[in-house]
Order: sequence, then C-alpha cells, then structure tokens
Amino acid sequence: MLSDKLKIRLSFFLGLLSWLLFLFFDLYLLFIETYHLKVNLSAALPQIFLTLFIISCFFYFRFQISKADSVNFMDLLWRVFITGLITTIGSLAIRLFFSIFSNSNITQNPMTINFFYHILIGLVVVFMVSTFVVWKRLILYQKSKNLIQLWSFFEYFLLGSLVFDLFGNKMMSVNFNVALVFLSGFSLILSFNLKWIAYLNFKQKWKSILFILLSGVYVYHFLLTLDNFSSTGLLSLDLLNRVFVVSLFIFIIFYSVVTILVTLFNLPTSSVFEKKLQEAMDFQKLSHTNRGGTTIKETAELLLESSMSAVFADAAWLQIKDEKPLLIAHGMNELTVQDIEEKIRVEYTRDVVKYRAPEEINTSKVISTVNHPDFKSVMVLPIFVKGTQIGVLALLQEVGDAFNREMVDIIVTFVNQASISIENTKLINEAIENERYKEQLSIAKNVQKSLLPTVLKSNDCFEIMAYSVAADEVGGDYYDIIESEKGIFSLIIADVSGKGTSAAFNMAQMKGIFHSLAIQKEGVRAFITKANKALSECLEKSSFITASLFKINTQDKTICHTRAGHCPAIFHSAKENKTSYLESEGLGLGILRNSEFNQYVEEKTITYEAGDLLLLYTDGIIEAKNPEGKQYGAKGLEISLLRHIDKSLSKIKDGLIDDLQTFLDGEKLDDDYTLTVVKFHK
Amino acid sequence: MIEIKILEENDYQLIQVRGDVDASSSIELDNALKKASESAHKILVDLEGLQYISSAGLGVFISYLEDLKAKNIKMVLFGMQPKVLEVFQILGLQKLITIADNKDESLSLLNE
Repeated sequence: MLSDKLKIRLSFFLGLLSWLLFLFFDLYLLFIETYHLKVNLSAALPQIFLTLFIISCFFYFRFQISKADSVNFMDLLWRVFITGLITTIGSLAIRLFFSIFSNSNITQNPMTINFFYHILIGLVVVFMVSTFVVWKRLILYQKSKNLIQLWSFFEYFLLGSLVFDLFGNKMMSVNFNVALVFLSGFSLILSFNLKWIAYLNFKQKWKSILFILLSGVYVYHFLLTLDNFSSTGLLSLDLLNRVFVVSLFIFIIFYSVVTILVTLFNLPTSSVFEKKLQEAMDFQKLSHTNRGGTTIKETAELLLESSMSAVFADAAWLQIKDEKPLLIAHGMNELTVQDIEEKIRVEYTRDVVKYRAPEEINTSKVISTVNHPDFKSVMVLPIFVKGTQIGVLALLQEVGDAFNREMVDIIVTFVNQASISIENTKLINEAIENERYKEQLSIAKNVQKSLLPTVLKSNDCFEIMAYSVAADEVGGDYYDIIESEKGIFSLIIADVSGKGTSAAFNMAQMKGIFHSLAIQKEGVRAFITKANKALSECLEKSSFITASLFKINTQDKTICHTRAGHCPAIFHSAKENKTSYLESEGLGLGILRNSEFNQYVEEKTITYEAGDLLLLYTDGIIEAKNPEGKQYGAKGLEISLLRHIDKSLSKIKDGLIDDLQTFLDGEKLDDDYTLTVVKFHK
Repeated sequence: MIEIKILEENDYQLIQVRGDVDASSSIELDNALKKASESAHKILVDLEGLQYISSAGLGVFISYLEDLKAKNIKMVLFGMQPKVLEVFQILGLQKLITIADNKDESLSLLNE
C-alpha cells in the first residue's frame, strides 16, 4: 500500500496537473472558437479535467486532515480559517487586478477574464473542498452506523452531481433545481450532527464562533466574486451553473449557520458541562490514588481540592486522626476551624466533628448553618476506614443555604473514593512494615542458627547430643563444646535474657567469648570471671546471661563445673541409679559489673564413671506450662530422665522431648528451650 | 497481665506487684521503680501477688541495683511465692537483693 505521505503528494500533483490541463484546454477551446480554427477537440475535455481536479482536491484534503489522528476541533477550524484566508487573498488579488485595469482592454478580453476565472475556480474549489472535509470530520464525531450510511449517501450523491454537471445544465433549469433541492435537504439533515460542540469549553466555543463567522465572510466574498464574473457573460464555463459547487456552498453555509446558532445557545450551559467534566476528572484522579503509591496526605489534599471546586466552597478543612494526625485548611486558619466546630448547629454534623458519627452517612443531615461572621453554610462529612471514623471533611460557604443535595451526593462519592484509597495506602504500608519486620527476624534467626554448632565435638569416652527450639522465631539459648586440650573438653550452656534480635546478638557475643576463653588452660572459675568482665562492657543495663560451664577431663574422668545463674545441671550416676543437681554458688553474667562478682563464683569438681549421664537444660523447659498452668519444673525433667535412662542416648533425648510435649498437651512454649545430654562411655 | 500500685507509707514507698511480669509488662515495673527511686530512700516491694517473672522482669531489678546503691536507697523484696523465689535464687539475686518472707521482716530489715 501507498504510504500516507505518498498519497498526499500524489493527489496534490494530480490535482495541480488536472487544473493546469483544465486551464489549458478550456482556453485553447476558447482560442479555437474566437478565431474559428478548424481543430477537432472535444468540448468535454475541460469538464473532465475540472471534475478530476475536484476529486483530487477531495482526496488530498482527506488524506491530509485524517492524518492528524486525534480530533482537535480547534485545529480543524483553524485549518478552515487559514485555507480560507489564503484563498481569499488570492481572489482579492484578482479583483485588485481588474479594478486597476478596469479601463484597459485587457479586462474586457474574454481570454484574460477566463484565465483569471480559472484561477478563481482553483481557489474556490480548494477552499470549499477543504471546508467540506473538515465539516465531514465534525459531523462524523461520535458517529453512529445510521449516520455513516447517511453520510455515504450524501457523498455518492455529490459524486453523482459531479457527473450530472458534465452535461452542462444551466442554473435555474428544472433538472438543476431538483438536484439542488435534493442535496440541500440532505445537507440540512446532516447539519444537525453537532456532538463535538459539547466538548468545547467556554473559550473554545467563542473561538469557534469567530472562526466560522470569518469563514462565512470568505464564502460570501467568493460568491460575490463568482457572481461578478458570471455577470460578464463571457465565461466559457460558469461555476455557478454546476450543481456540485452550489450544493457544496449550501452545505457549508447550512452547517456554519447551525453550528454558530447551536454554539451560541450552548454558551450559557458550557460552565455546567465543564464542571461536570472536572468532577469526572477529579473522581478519576481519586480513583487513581487507589492503586497505591500515594501517601495519605496526597489523597487528602486531592479530596479537599476536588471537593472545594465541585461545590464552589469558599473555605474547607480536612482532618485525619491517625497515627500521623493531619489537618489541612484552605481559605481559613486552624483557629477558625476550632471556632466553627463549636458553632455547628445540627446534631449530626456536631457528632461528625467530634468523631462520633454513625457509620451510615445521613446525607440529609450533613448540611448545617453556622453562626460565624465569615461563613454561613457548612457541609460536614465523616471519613470512614474499616468502619471507624478516621477523619472529617468540612466545606464552607460565605452565604447561607449554599449547599444542596446534589452537591452532597458528589462529595459523598468523592469521600468514599478517598476512603478506599486511604485504606489501601494503610494496608500497603502495614504490609511493607510487616515484611520488613519479618525480614529482620529471619536475618536474626539465620544468625542465631549459625551460632549453634552443627557438629558437637567428642571423643570415644563420651557421646553428646543437643536439641534446641527457639520460640518467637529468634532465641537466646546457646550451647557449645570445644576440645581445649587433648582429652579436655569445655562445654557450655547459656541463656541470654530477653528474646528476639537483641538476644541473638548477645548470644553472638557469648559465643565469641566462649571460643576465645575456652582454649586457655585456666579453670572454669577464671573463665566465668573473665566472661563477666567482658560482657559487662557490652551488655545493656537490663540484660544478663546465665551460663553453666563444664570442663570434662576424659583422662582423669572428672568434671569441673561452675554455674553463673544458670539452672543447675542434672547428673545421673549409673552405679547408684540416682540423680543429683550440680549446684554451686554463682551469679548471672552481667548482673554485677565489677570485681565483687568474683566472690560469688564457685568451682566444683566431680568424678564420673562409665554409664553416667549429664543433662543440661535451659529455664524454658522447667518454666514450661501445661494448659492448667502447672509448670514442668526441674522435677518433671528429672522424672522423665529416669524413665528413659536405660536407653541409648538418642532415645533418651527423644524420650525427654516426647515427655515434655505430652505434658504441654498442645500448649505453645513462649520461651526457647534447649537440652544437651552427655553420656560417658569410659 | 500486671498490676502495679505505688503506696506512700510512713518513711518508705511500697510497690505492689501482681500478676505476670514478662517482656512487655516489665516496662511498667521499670517505671514504678524509677518513680520510687527518685523520691524515696526506702523501697519495699510486695511480690505476694507475683505469679511469674521472666528474665526481662529480672533484668529490671538488676538494672536498678547499682543505681540504688549509688543513691544509698534501701530496697527489700518480700512475699515471694516459692517458684518465684527459686528463679531469683538460681540467678543468685538473693545475694545482691535483700529478700524477706513478709512485710514485718522486711520493715525490720529496712530499718537496720
């Protein structure tokens, strides 16, 4: 297919060529006639080229005008105006020529007259056809199927009239008149398609009236000039004898007149239309805020401005009582807001400003009069989010009884839209906050998990197993074992006070301290005092860590232990089948942050034999409560241990956990709990 | 749930604590101790109604130890239930905080 640009060029050159050929043949025929030359040339040639010229013109303007995709009415009218101006200047030049040489022979010469008349034909056709195409565009704005059909008929008939004109009917002949009346009727019917006018604003309406009036002047001027030429009686081809041209004139004039009249009558109502359009646009803007990305303040401001312009309010305020309270006042200050809040008369509106409004908005009671020097009318609406009133929108007018039901309905719609938007914003913010919190927790949880050893060190003298569960996603329980020297193991169990992220970080510090101190050859007492000193520097005032430390010497078969505020470990002697608590004096780490701490640290040593067992645990287990509120206690753990003591270590561990779960009976633990079991083999 | 009352009695302030002291309610305990330590020289804490104290609650008492010592304020805790007392004892707090069985005993300790 041909590109649009090519089509425009092609139709342009075709038009120009047709016109030149029309000019040439017509003048040539005239020349033959004047000098009675015997040349056999058909008289139909100029007619054909004129018709071709008109058709080319039509296509040229059709391609050019439809190229501008968006319908901008003012642009279209401007185009008519400009084309008219240029062509009129051209025809004025011709008139000037004739008036200058009015006494000369030149102006009486049929050749000259016809030559200029042909130029005029070109100008008139260009103007008429371009205007016709624009009118078509306007008429077919928001077209219906019927309208398109009607228009196509009109175009076909116009085409028919072009053919009809080839037969050279004279003006006022019967055929001519019938065709003319028929086409004029068509034009009149089509002239009442003026939907586009409704979309013009006040200023644009005035402009279009002006443009069309000026175009009317051009039409009048063309008609006058054409008639002047016609009256000379010397024309070889009179444009006014052509049905096509005359009907085109009539169509253009009809449509112009109807447009001007309708636009004039539409002028007073255009402000209402503009307002409705503005309302629709504001509504759309408010709906747009639903998609998120706007803050509550932005939505509130949009609501306030839209509402004010919708009801022509002189002043207004919008208040939101939320986590971030907000008061926006336009045309008034905050003092006046308080003043008016107190002076509102209707009970319902008073409830609204006091945040006591019922959820169902009572649209008949939102308007109130107010006894205030500046304002006389007030409209107050509550803003609800999820059933709770979170805000107030108040609109004020200087005159009394300024608001009506229709205005209330508009504002209610605005407020509802804004409520949805605010609710959405809040939901999104909550979701983001929640997500952030979860992310932090998951980071902390990962940190905590990575702090606990994955493999517990041991040798063939003992076996060790541990089990730890964190409540609240992140815990502060810690256990670890390292081989300080060959055959000597340092074992720790610790519980960091508090839960959550800070507990996990304190636990990290504990791990650092354990790994740096446990490799030294000092005893457990020195370890605890040094650990307290180190932790005193970095723990917050109300945080502390309880810990039990054991040095297992597999060569001497001794366990040297100390306790820093941690629950005493349970030791089971296989020989006696008896359990005992490894108690010693001791204070939690970080409780006393000076050297006085050292006097409370006690170190004890026991010996073990093959088959003995050491059970370490945290207070999460002994403080565990069943549905009746009873605590598991160290006793519960001890009984459980005795029940499973003959089993393998992993069975013992599982048994201890199972017993605890049975006791809990579905109750959730609100603290971390940790078990570490050591079984000695030799 | 926690319920804390501060009573002005003779030359001391009496803080009554009832219910559970956990991470969130420990803030109230903290406020009460802060208030008392600002005005009184003798503080009596009645823990008869205390059902449970978490490590966060213990942390509150611990955080005031140095402060009270520096200001020369005497504090006595009394009336703890056995399981609550056990929690204090495991941690070793009985060595740093004066703990009495009942109010009379604590008053005589306070006036020593």
